[in-house]
Amino acid sequence: MSSKYDVLVIGGGNAALCAAIAARRGGASVLVLEGAPKFYRGGNTRHTRNMRCAHDAATEILTGPYTEEEFWEDLLRVTGGQTDEVLARHMIRESKDILNWIVEQGVRWQPSLGGTLSLGRTNSFFLGGGRAMLNALYLTAERLGVDVEYDAEVTDLVIEDGMFLAARLKRPVKGETEIRATSLVAAAGGFEANIEWLKQYWGEAADNFLIRGTPYNRGSILKMLLDKGVQQVGDPTQCHAVAIDARAPKFDGGIITRHDSVVFGIVVNKHAERFYDEGEDIWPKRYAIWGRLVAAQPDQIAYIIFDSTVVTSFMPTLFPPIAGQTIAELAGKLELDPAALEKTITEFNAAVRPGTFDHTILDDCVTEGITPPKTHWARRIETPPYLAYPVRPGITFTYLGTRVTKEARMLMADGKPSANMFAAGEIMAGNVLGKGYAAGMGMTIGSVFGRIAGREAARHAKN
Amino acid sequence: MHGTRILDEADRLMTVCNSCRYCEGLCAVFPAMEMRRAFSDGDLNYLANLCHGCGACYVDCQFSPPHEFNVNVPKTLAVARAESYAAYAWPGALSGAFARNGLVISIIAALSMAAFILGFAALNDRNVLFGVHTGPGAFYRLMPHNAMAALFSAAFLYAVLALVMSVRAFWRDIGPPIGGRADGGSIVQAIRDAGELRYLHGGGVGCYNEDDKPTDRRKLYHHLTFYGFILCFGATSVATLYHYLLGREAPYPWWDLPVVLGTLGGIGLIIGPIGLLTAKLRRDPALLDELSYGMDVGFIAMLFLTGLTGMLLLLLRETSAMGPLLALHLGAVFALFITMPYGKFVHGIYRFAALVRYAQERRTAA
Repeated sequence: MSSKYDVLVIGGGNAALCAAIAARRGGASVLVLEGAPKFYRGGNTRHTRNMRCAHDAATEILTGPYTEEEFWEDLLRVTGGQTDEVLARHMIRESKDILNWIVEQGVRWQPSLGGTLSLGRTNSFFLGGGRAMLNALYLTAERLGVDVEYDAEVTDLVIEDGMFLAARLKRPVKGETEIRATSLVAAAGGFEANIEWLKQYWGEAADNFLIRGTPYNRGSILKMLLDKGVQQVGDPTQCHAVAIDARAPKFDGGIITRHDSVVFGIVVNKHAERFYDEGEDIWPKRYAIWGRLVAAQPDQIAYIIFDSTVVTSFMPTLFPPIAGQTIAELAGKLELDPAALEKTITEFNAAVRPGTFDHTILDDCVTEGITPPKTHWARRIETPPYLAYPVRPGITFTYLGTRVTKEARMLMADGKPSANMFAAGEIMAGNVLGKGYAAGMGMTIGSVFGRIAGREAARHAKN
Repeated sequence: MHGTRILDEADRLMTVCNSCRYCEGLCAVFPAMEMRRAFSDGDLNYLANLCHGCGACYVDCQFSPPHEFNVNVPKTLAVARAESYAAYAWPGALSGAFARNGLVISIIAALSMAAFILGFAALNDRNVLFGVHTGPGAFYRLMPHNAMAALFSAAFLYAVLALVMSVRAFWRDIGPPIGGRADGGSIVQAIRDAGELRYLHGGGVGCYNEDDKPTDRRKLYHHLTFYGFILCFGATSVATLYHYLLGREAPYPWWDLPVVLGTLGGIGLIIGPIGLLTAKLRRDPALLDELSYGMDVGFIAMLFLTGLTGMLLLLLRETSAMGPLLALHLGAVFALFITMPYGKFVHGIYRFAALVRYAQERRTAA
């Protein structure tokens, strides 16, 4: 390994690898520093499964067109307008070409997976999932001659006047070293696994968060960049967070700990009280609001409660539901007040109006006279066994990041663009995602800005 | 809970995988899994035999070891598959010993049979054994054709009977609750899927064997072995027809159909098993079912020996080595036949049955 490269990429996920491949194809010598061991390489990419790209016509795997305009409208809706329109529209335009470019890098698509038909038109799924996608990108990068180091912890960045000079590196076997490079691509993700950092914004509640990805997503590069004068973007409390099973491991439980059963029942907090309209919108459109909702409840815990009639309406789950023949028995197992849970369910059942249940549309099964209402798919919970999943906030990734230009070039706090520093992926997701989420966007941000960052970093290095 | 520890583990994994489904596009196992929410012993044995061991789901899995979820589908299903062979074998008493000592038993069987033929010949006339015999009927100086045919027909028919009984038990266990008869379309589909090894392809890029790169050549070697076996079987069948219908006795000239088929098949049966054995020796230990090593290697060795002795016999049939080589060749074939119902051979039968079942399920679901 030489200690001087044209392009240094810090990070090892989708954005980092797209950057490394694009830079290498642009003629640059490239080193990728992945902080995790080889098995855990790739940050959150290893848990992903699809990417949202605009396309003007159906493809072999996509069931219909998804225009740039429609993508933009979806983004506008989920973020409530908290997005950088120039950057976002640029990303959406570039996403069209990514559908083909990523295949040229060895990634394979497949139609939407079982249980995700609602994404069949908008999202392209990776054959074999996110780790298969990563494996393909690594194979391509290595074939092209990109150097990759695992377990490579960057301890410091040498930056002068917005110009990257070198990175200090600590490696378990080979010791400390300094790596100089003409350009830097920072693609090292958010700080979701850094509980101490999360606590700065969330307080003690962060102790009850479960982290859906590896423990290596600590945001140390993001912190260094912000400390060294790169402009910050995004609200530090904003993140992609879903409700996941409370029995999941603290880190890296991935996709299989999620629950998509909210719309089929009710959700109560530790006082056995409902707190939000469970029937607001079709899964997965509002899937990503439940993490924050549960985070706002006492002790950051909630329980999805349903009955035996709906068990086969959603995907099978990793953890079996907790069951009781009576509401009181179930409450006992959940350590909830039986009387309070019985009251909540009795009131809910009484408020359910007759309707025609259809979970594929916004149906007319509603409640009347309770707060909060359940505005779709409201059906009485009355057929034992009664079932429940305990859920906690599962943090996928944070939105706090470095501000960038359309060229993925970092902006310094004084508003000037950096001479040679680029960012891609979650570390700059906040430019596009002020809040909210639409499935597959994280990977779009990673691939599009990764490719741009790599191309621009190589161009800078070769000039 | 299931009957065995490995089925408990397979059940655990299918529960993990069914809540993930990322591997759905890789092969037939995961779509078949998705048609179920709970798994009986028969379901798990069906999925185990549907798995071709391509390794892709292990390399692609975010939860494979060292992850705490410890998801290793190829290895778990390989062990479950091997145990299913024993569970369905007929008669059951013979299965366990073979699984453990397949190679030794195969070789002993082959050598015993060769010794028997040699002894048989020597008893008749010591000079026959190392004599040079040519022309029609040369082989039968060692052992009269009818004796040879009776011996091998008996071995072959026994193998067929045992296999039919075993696969019947398997089919009953995995089959649909009512009837369970396979329709023609599903059988045709399964013949195509098995014939081209459709699911031994790692989801398209190729299979994994020794590491995380899809560079595995087992599919090629399996084709050489399987089609080599079929060609050799065809050669024997044609020769039998020649003998009884046309009254033409072996050995046949090199250009004649049985010899052409046998030569092509023999080449496949030499190269294919060498490739498969090499792949097995190089296989990532994480994916390997080491308990079935004896059974797997025993079958590969018998196929290889059948091919090798057959080819040597063809090359040296006009020399004094013909007698011993013929005895060895017949010994290998005999051992192959009688060990078929208890060895790795059954993988083809069970997997075919699983593919028929899968084709049926797909047609029903469509």
